[in-house]
Amino acid sequence: MRGLKRRSIGSIVADVIIYFLLAFFAVITVIPFVYVIAASFAPEYEILTRPLFIIPKTFTLDAYARIFDPNDYGLTVLRSLGVSVLVTAIGTITNLFFTTTMAYGLSRKSLKGRNFILNCVIFTMVFSGGMIPTFLIVKGLGMYNTYAALILPGAISAYNMIIVRNFFQELPSGLEEAAAIDGCTDIGIFLKIALPLSLPMLATFGLFYAVGHWNNYFGALLYLSDPMKYPFQLILRNIVMLSQETQNDPNALQPQETLKMAIIVIGTVPILCVYPFLQKHFAAGVMVGAIKG
Amino acid sequence: MAEAAKVSLSPAQKKMMRERNWNKIKKDKWMYLLLLPGVLYFIIFKFAPMWGVLIAFKNYYAGIPFLNTPWVGFDNFIDFFKDSDFPRLLKNTLIISGMNLVFYFPLPILLALLMNEVKVKFYKNAVQTMVYVPHFVSMVVIASITFMLLKTPSMEGYTGGALFELIKQITGKQVNVLESPTSFYWVILFQAIWKETGWGTIIFLAALAGVDVEQYEAAIVDGANRFQQMIYITLPAIASTIVIMLILRMGSVLDTGFEQILLMQNDLNITNSETFDTYVYQIGRVQGNYGFSTAVGLFKSVVSIICIQSANFIARKLGQSSLF
Repeated sequence: MRGLKRRSIGSIVADVIIYFLLAFFAVITVIPFVYVIAASFAPEYEILTRPLFIIPKTFTLDAYARIFDPNDYGLTVLRSLGVSVLVTAIGTITNLFFTTTMAYGLSRKSLKGRNFILNCVIFTMVFSGGMIPTFLIVKGLGMYNTYAALILPGAISAYNMIIVRNFFQELPSGLEEAAAIDGCTDIGIFLKIALPLSLPMLATFGLFYAVGHWNNYFGALLYLSDPMKYPFQLILRNIVMLSQETQNDPNALQPQETLKMAIIVIGTVPILCVYPFLQKHFAAGVMVGAIKG
Repeated sequence: MAEAAKVSLSPAQKKMMRERNWNKIKKDKWMYLLLLPGVLYFIIFKFAPMWGVLIAFKNYYAGIPFLNTPWVGFDNFIDFFKDSDFPRLLKNTLIISGMNLVFYFPLPILLALLMNEVKVKFYKNAVQTMVYVPHFVSMVVIASITFMLLKTPSMEGYTGGALFELIKQITGKQVNVLESPTSFYWVILFQAIWKETGWGTIIFLAALAGVDVEQYEAAIVDGANRFQQMIYITLPAIASTIVIMLILRMGSVLDTGFEQILLMQNDLNITNSETFDTYVYQIGRVQGNYGFSTAVGLFKSVVSIICIQSANFIARKLGQSSLF
């Protein structure tokens, strides 16, 4: 009995330390985001005089007003937001089309040549031609400086495709056989049975791809030459980071700090909106991948 | 006799086999149609560039017709190894990768072990929700926030970023971290820790979820304290996952976070911030020296494959499940 009591005291001390450490790490992780959001609602003077705060003393929407004012940053910001939304939407649909068709095609174990194709796909996960050869192919296909270059070269993630294929393989085969007897073609079975049965999984991978498109800036840097076509992340980088490099040049016009904060917030908010779904499904998805992959 | 019969029948059998195969393929024709877009994708965007690495053996610049460019054998590679950039790139890549291995790698394991001790579900969920956030946010946003936190005061009397002020408090010096080559490695390390430590716990938490509760109960009966339980039950349960992750990490020793480094590098820290990946981009895309750049990329790919395959081989030898 004494032993039990001694253990529990030690255990309580351990718990206090553990809970404190976790809270500390969690707060450190999110506080930069909280600060940026708070600062985006603060006047310029407050940012220049208070290094860190989570609630602004004076609340103002000036930064957002300027960002969306067509005579100020509005045109650039709204146009690039439009580009990002469009690329994300069309890109995600393209991803899902290419990923699910191929995954379903590879899900039939008796298909001739299936293993060969699968091995080729796995090979691309180990070895790639690299940035410049891919760039030259994309350019050679006439996609340079078009949005197709942001969408098609990454149409399938081999890793996702293999997980989706595993999922299709585990669908109950009875349904498919019944549909085949009723005269349904394989494409019919794919559209009417396999896809409807895997909607939650499609939503998960759709989100996965969508976040990738929204967050992507390097594709635009590599493939787009016309600044009018830039997506939001690249505009965000140019406004926040390139302006920093000209800081010592007194002639360069500096965007205000609050504007930078507000633009960072806009680049983050869509992710935070879908975050609850991401967290729920991604964690599960990673585990499925880890177990089966 | 039987053998003779088999031999004599074999052309007919072969024909039958061929027909059966053909019928199978015909039966699956719609499946092949479904495969078509994906197969075309892999041929055009994955395999064609692999054939394209041949330009590593050419003297190919932007603006020259491809067919007019001369073959130069291994000249691009030899030039690269002789170049004074090569040791610098190797040094930066290995330091960034090595620091990641030493300082970042243990953190998700530690965090997962701590999380595993939390029995209040609400608290655990809250912590998880918070630490996963940076993983989903774009690298541009992460880099931008880093800039805001480290920026120097724009004028006398104004404040710098929060981290700038913190460093000033601790060291007593005003350090422009963003423009100093020596602190570049640390910026990259801390960014990686901030962005990925939380998410990195998932694979270990998944392994921990499989541990039988009875083991802990038995250990408690035997008088094991919390720390002993962690050492003798929890840690062995994730040991194989740790080994696999470690081997994976070793295998990708040349992979440094390309987007992250490209975003954080500038003219003032370039001596320490140029790695193989950013160099390929700089030489190839920015300067248009396609042949040379592809040679650098190919060199990196080949070394990476050797690393990954040896890592995989070692994993198999150790009796862990292999990665491919």
